[in-house]
Amino acid sequence: MKKIFQYTLFDLIRSRWSLFYLGFFLLLTIVLLSFSGGVSKVIISLMNVVLILCPLIATMFGVMYAYNSREFTELLLAQPIRRTSIFGGQYLGLGVSQSLSLLIGIGGPFLFYGLFRSGEIWNFSILLVNGVLLTFIFSGLAFLIALRNENRIRGFGLAILSWLFFAVIYDGILLLTLVLFREYPIESLALGLSLFNPIDLSRILILLKLDISALMGYTGAVFQRFLGSGLGMSLALGMLLLWIGLPALGIRWVALRKDF
Amino acid sequence: MAIEVCPTCPVSSIVQAVEMAEPGEEIVVRGGTYREGNIAIKKSIQLRGVDFPVVDGENQYEIFTIQAPGVTIEGFRLINAGKSTLVDMAAIRVDHQRHFSICGNEIQNAQFAIYLAYATDGIVEDNFLEGEAQDEISSGNGVHCWYARRLFIANNTILRHRDGIYLEFTDSSRIIGNWSEHNVRYGLHFMFSNNDVYNDNTFLNNGAGVAVMFSKKIGMYRNRFERNWGTASYALLLKEIYDADLQHNLFISNTIGILMEGATRIEYKNNLFLSNGWAIQMTGGCIDNHFTENAFVSNSQDMVVNSSVNNNTFDGNYWSEYAGYDLDRDGFGDVPHRPVKLFSYITSQTPEAIVLLRSFFVDLLNFAEKVSPVLTPANVLDNKPLLQQPTT
Repeated sequence: MKKIFQYTLFDLIRSRWSLFYLGFFLLLTIVLLSFSGGVSKVIISLMNVVLILCPLIATMFGVMYAYNSREFTELLLAQPIRRTSIFGGQYLGLGVSQSLSLLIGIGGPFLFYGLFRSGEIWNFSILLVNGVLLTFIFSGLAFLIALRNENRIRGFGLAILSWLFFAVIYDGILLLTLVLFREYPIESLALGLSLFNPIDLSRILILLKLDISALMGYTGAVFQRFLGSGLGMSLALGMLLLWIGLPALGIRWVALRKDF
Repeated sequence: MAIEVCPTCPVSSIVQAVEMAEPGEEIVVRGGTYREGNIAIKKSIQLRGVDFPVVDGENQYEIFTIQAPGVTIEGFRLINAGKSTLVDMAAIRVDHQRHFSICGNEIQNAQFAIYLAYATDGIVEDNFLEGEAQDEISSGNGVHCWYARRLFIANNTILRHRDGIYLEFTDSSRIIGNWSEHNVRYGLHFMFSNNDVYNDNTFLNNGAGVAVMFSKKIGMYRNRFERNWGTASYALLLKEIYDADLQHNLFISNTIGILMEGATRIEYKNNLFLSNGWAIQMTGGCIDNHFTENAFVSNSQDMVVNSSVNNNTFDGNYWSEYAGYDLDRDGFGDVPHRPVKLFSYITSQTPEAIVLLRSFFVDLLNFAEKVSPVLTPANVLDNKPLLQQPTT
């Protein structure tokens, strides 16, 4: 598994897309930092970029890599290597290479612009951790979709759709549900439903740090107990880890049974 | 000649000294602990503590009751004043008197620390008042003013009372440079009080910062409202008030910056709203509110306005959310700014939707609404948004 992880990682790191991704984050962060002055403001600006772009790019990367490396995978399958090692290594390589681009692309400029002097280190690490978690979740999902679908067009379509669903459509449905049922006590519903979407979860985790004054203000004991305590934090983090685990298990399940 | 009181002096009791004193005379109380029940002062005398003499109310007695004009109480440490649910007991009470001065005292564990009823022309300065309030019902106010006039309340530190400073039917008073923190209800509370000014005070972490209710002509300058957090908590409440003036105040990290209900003819100028949940919530019946040269920076939501017909203006403010441009370089943005977003409107109807704060979908909705307003009030807009943050 370690060998395959290394091959995948070096293969991906040298690819043009990885460099492009890294360059994009570097440029964006440098521009934001040099034009807006405050480190904390940039963290808020970067929040939506991380929440939307990380999953999108992870999805695209995941599908692309799974389809492009098909011949290599078939070659590996012909060797006496266990399937879990092959696919586990590829999945890890995929996640780690993008996480590196993210960490260097955003972390580098921040370090250069005096992150440690700003007292924002905790908010910043929450942002990065969420970016990494989302990267793993969505590359896992995309890898799974690519494994399940031989047809590339269909695979791409499904992957993009899954991103669109979590990034936009889910929130629309959630908002609609809340507005429709606003006569009822829906606090737990609002919180419960947002646990099932990794992007919402990450957003809430970051907001817990950044926008607490707004969230604390509103309504009811459920929000306050959930958002104001360590319980909210740990539950959200736990759900995110679960979100990583499920696609990974799915990949394993499919990989062990698939007839190549 | 001053009468000297100390535990080993010929006169060892404050009550005895007060009885002996002629009007106009001074009593100097040296360090020590005095337990003398209620000390009623019916002559115009000055009581001065040296080395902070402790006067203990033993949780039963009102400590000083001032019943003469021109009384000074200075430099005492008053502890354990009586608490009662039947009468309002205070550490120092002024009753129907003028020209008093209460300076440099420390009052600890009192229900009402300083109680000024029908008091005029008095000074309350440099006191340190620390209560032990747990809830609104059983607690009292730090400085309680009732039918008072021309008071000067300055540089006091007031902690853990019900209201830090409470003014009811109190006119023409000035409240300057006080520090009000951890009070259960409000840092400062006006009821039916007119022509008062408060400036350079700090209101930190109270149940709510300041409430101005049913009052006219209140000036509010250079105050700092910070971290007044909680479910539906706010830094400043303006309820049924007329002709007020707010300038150079700082609102930082509050759940709601200013909550207005029935606020009329009010000028807001050069205030800074930084990192609040909601900078401003304007509910029904607010007429002739004018906002100029205020700065709205990094608030989760700048404004909620739920009525559109009233004559309120928002021109010439700085909004960090503003995304317009200034082609003619006159310092004002060329496209108007709409401070009320669709999401603010939705959360005022469905508060639970706050879990979607800053979500991408919400940003899309806000953008669509900004391009063509349907639900948000179309005439709440800043026609001349500033591009540079004004100095506050």
